[in-house]
Amino acid sequence: MENYPALIVVAPFVTGLLAGLFVWIEKRLSYPIVLAGLFISSFSAVQVLIRVMESGPIQYKMGGWSPPIGIEYRIDLLNAMVLCLVSGIAFLNLIASYRSAEKEIGDRVSSYYTVYNLFLTGLLGVTITGDLFNLYVLIEITSLTSYAQVAMGDRDRGPLASLNYIFIGVIGASFYLLGVGYLYMYTGSLNMADVAVLIKGSQGSSTVLVAFILCILGIWIKMALFPFHVWLPNAYTYSPVIFARVVAPLMTKVMVYIMLRLMITVFGYDYIFNTLNLSDAVVWLATIAVLAGGVMALAQKNLKKMLTYIIVSEIGYMVGGAWMGNQLGMTGAILHILNDALMTFALFLAVGNMVYRIDRVDITDLKGLFGKMPWTMAGFVLAAFSIVGVPPTCGFFSKWYLILGAMEKGAYHFAAALIISSLICAVLFFKVFEICFFESGSHGHDHSSHGPVAIEEAPVSMLIISGLVSLSLIVAGFYSGAIVNTIILPFLK
Amino acid sequence: METIISIKPLLAVLVSLLVIPMLVSSSGKPNVRESWTFMAGIIKFLLVVSMLPVILSGKQIALTLFKIAPGADIAFRVDALGMLFALVASSLYIITSMYSIGYMRGLNEHGQTRFVSFFALAISATIGAAFSANLLTLYLFYEILSLATYPLVTHHQDANSRISGRKYLIFILGTSIGLVLPAMIYCYHATGTLEFAGGGIFSGQLSKPSATVLLLMFVFGFAKAGIMPVHSWLPAAMVAPTPVSALLHAVAVVKVGAFSIVRVITGIFGVDFLLSFHLGAVVAAIASVTILVSSCIALTQDEFKRRLAYSTIGQLSYIILGVALLSPKGMTGGILHIAMHAFGKITLFFCAGAIFVATGKKYISQMVGIGKRMPLTMIAFLIGAMSIIGLPPTGGFISKWYLVLGTLEGDQMIMLFVLLSSSLLNAAYFMPIFYKAFFCTKEESMFEDKIEEAPMMCVVPLLITALISFALFFFPQPFLDLAQLAVKGFIGG
Amino acid sequence: MSDVLSLIIAKYNYWLYVILMMIGLYGMIAKNNLIKKVVGMNIFQTAIILFYVSIGYKTNAGIPIITTADTAHGVVVKAADYINPLTSCLMLTAIVVSVATFGYAMALAVRIYQRYQTLEEDELRMRLSEE
Repeated sequence: MENYPALIVVAPFVTGLLAGLFVWIEKRLSYPIVLAGLFISSFSAVQVLIRVMESGPIQYKMGGWSPPIGIEYRIDLLNAMVLCLVSGIAFLNLIASYRSAEKEIGDRVSSYYTVYNLFLTGLLGVTITGDLFNLYVLIEITSLTSYAQVAMGDRDRGPLASLNYIFIGVIGASFYLLGVGYLYMYTGSLNMADVAVLIKGSQGSSTVLVAFILCILGIWIKMALFPFHVWLPNAYTYSPVIFARVVAPLMTKVMVYIMLRLMITVFGYDYIFNTLNLSDAVVWLATIAVLAGGVMALAQKNLKKMLTYIIVSEIGYMVGGAWMGNQLGMTGAILHILNDALMTFALFLAVGNMVYRIDRVDITDLKGLFGKMPWTMAGFVLAAFSIVGVPPTCGFFSKWYLILGAMEKGAYHFAAALIISSLICAVLFFKVFEICFFESGSHGHDHSSHGPVAIEEAPVSMLIISGLVSLSLIVAGFYSGAIVNTIILPFLK
Repeated sequence: METIISIKPLLAVLVSLLVIPMLVSSSGKPNVRESWTFMAGIIKFLLVVSMLPVILSGKQIALTLFKIAPGADIAFRVDALGMLFALVASSLYIITSMYSIGYMRGLNEHGQTRFVSFFALAISATIGAAFSANLLTLYLFYEILSLATYPLVTHHQDANSRISGRKYLIFILGTSIGLVLPAMIYCYHATGTLEFAGGGIFSGQLSKPSATVLLLMFVFGFAKAGIMPVHSWLPAAMVAPTPVSALLHAVAVVKVGAFSIVRVITGIFGVDFLLSFHLGAVVAAIASVTILVSSCIALTQDEFKRRLAYSTIGQLSYIILGVALLSPKGMTGGILHIAMHAFGKITLFFCAGAIFVATGKKYISQMVGIGKRMPLTMIAFLIGAMSIIGLPPTGGFISKWYLVLGTLEGDQMIMLFVLLSSSLLNAAYFMPIFYKAFFCTKEESMFEDKIEEAPMMCVVPLLITALISFALFFFPQPFLDLAQLAVKGFIGG
Repeated sequence: MSDVLSLIIAKYNYWLYVILMMIGLYGMIAKNNLIKKVVGMNIFQTAIILFYVSIGYKTNAGIPIITTADTAHGVVVKAADYINPLTSCLMLTAIVVSVATFGYAMALAVRIYQRYQTLEEDELRMRLSEE
């Protein structure tokens, strides 16, 4: 079918709005409607990925207008992969949300689904679009809906976290918009491919330089690169876990994708690495981000918050890899988009299961969890190992490429930061495991009474999703060679 | 060298992995569960043995599972060295399974299903490490083994095992992530391959200083080999139930460490390369210090298992020392010692466990006169101890004989002195135990004059291993042939 | 000195938007009251809207509506006679976004006030650390 690219974005949009209408008609119908929408979307994304792999990039003219006047969807291997990732994770998360959503946000659940689907419309649109201004609008749709969802969480802290998130989010998006304005001034075009052609050869132009700096700065703020990360931990911690599960793996990763898109498609390697020669400085920044995220995670007492700081650290991985200026680093960064999304998703799914049973997830609340929720913990352990970078989980292989890239460039500080970050993560997670393993919730230390602890697991639907995603970490690990060879390397060539 | 593609190495690794679901599902029925364990153990052993004739005929068996990057796949290759190790581990696994039934049931331990499941996982990883075709695969299984043994070490889930578990992780995981991983990636960066090759993978990419640093990173990074100062996890890990100490901390885990170092010395650096830089002496010196110091510490230990642990540390360095001599006889001795020490030391650990099960005694000073109560156990102890000391007629004599020949061959009199004085020290810390067990007056004896052995399931395995230690003196062929074949590959190849 | 002055005068629209932006940014960062921060945010966004609109402007150009009468007589349409409509169109969207953000931020401020009876950030922080 020719219209799969449009369907990816339109399906969640239309079903989201429909679900909003059904709030007044029949509340129970809104869930199946959004589910169907996301299913269509992820199915189309897979179809598109297959077609791109077979026959190269797809150009899709929205509404029949041809670029550069109309808005164009341009799908190559990179965003086809990210599209599959986004729609797939969103779909799986929705299945896992079925049981926990009501518990967490009560009767607002049907309107939540509307916002949820609009959020994904934004994310998918950001990924698929080939137009710079369209990108801005979709970023804002994504942001607005995520502000709303954050505020639905913790009744006390949610609104404030959301408001602070708005302030920073607006600054980030505005910087990007300003950058686009300068690009438009210089080229008179907003189509990415068109702009790329028009700015080629204008290496000395200060307008392009300002545009570049503003765009990248805006995106960095949006992706919470250290030191622009301050909004992220609170926003993700106090949002409802059903939303945290999808925003934590996807939002930052999609922003990283935009950064890559700007670097590769719009401004071009040559401009960034030869004309501006920013690589060293940014890799240092990324090194600091990796370490700072890890160190701050060490100080956290709340499991969710700890994980959010790990996200901050992981952003450093991808930024560092992307700015390494060599193919290995870029490969690592792209592979890490995929892997990090999967492993963060797996972690947050496990946290979602815990929240379902024990409500609060301060680390001290997790006592005896291996006995109480063995399956959830199995998933959690696997995801944690992936973050630490234990083979054969996928986290190891992206780290492998990133370190190789760093060595090729001679950026040993970045390689060292990755290794140290692995060690920090090991400490972090084993601190959690120790509490879950050694301190039984009710039994005390009496040895003879080690009877079988009553198992109180999360609902089966949540367990299955959590287990599947955790297993996918190993599968992705084993097939990382294949992913690199069929998707990333052909894309980079 | 002829290479046969076969799925057998994969099956040998997978069989105890696949049995884990069976173990978990039959957790309520101990007898069913144990029969699954045995079935897996025997199938694994038969698979390993079925590959033996092929290896002895000078061929290799190979299988590539996943292509990750050129020169670094997830792949198996069975050669003589790996075969020798796999043979030891898989045969002792069956015996230890039998022993652990007696031990765990005798003490009515909790969490037996968890115990056997992780045991199966650990042995799976051990065989995987033995059959690894390259450093990446080896590292993968090394890490899995580290993590799979953590719940075994901390099985008692009390404060003591928590501290030990922490120490275990810091040393094992800290060194493997902090030292081996960067060293491995550097190797790949420098050479573009991690495949074990007869003559090493380096050809002029390394200067002497960087080669030294790299080698030391590997030697200390594989902390499972217990080279000082990264040895102290091993005495701490003795809080584990005795079957764990026996199989894992006398055979599987520690030998994987030594095995990995041997692999790196022979397959990554290559004998000629090390000889040209005189780096063998560096490793040999570190190993000799470890041998002497650990033997001296062993003299001072009163807890039986801790004394054995320090003895193990010393004996592991024999393996390293033998290979670091870089002479054919010395390497044969070192590799042979993997097998000979395994059978001897596991016997000793079995004895320690049997005494604990029968009498609850952990300390050597409480074991005066125990020979009259448990004569079979103590006779087995004598054979095991003789094998460790290196006295005929036990298997340990043969490996030590080759080691001594190796030092003479290389004209390294200091090493000869180290070996001989260490043997004296070994005798000094083992023989008093045996002497006091039998030769004491009635007043001194702490036990009633009545024969009361540990449960049959405990005694039979230790008699079997003692017998094998004894028999290996007369029939060392399979191991000796394999060791010589392996050395031929390293030096001739 | 006069060079700098003429530079400022020639490109006064940029200076205006930069000044406005800085005022907005200052409000968002330095002000203690949440409402003032929201207002600062709005100024910040407006500055960018102004910037966009101003780059579409041309001196001596009319509104970009081409009447049918002109084309019917075969008159050539000169782009220089019309200001660039695209930037204004883009800003319609941006205005919608900024209004939505503004409204939503205000709603949140109301929620926060209901919960804590204050909108001063330092007081809020104190209340949060007490709990």
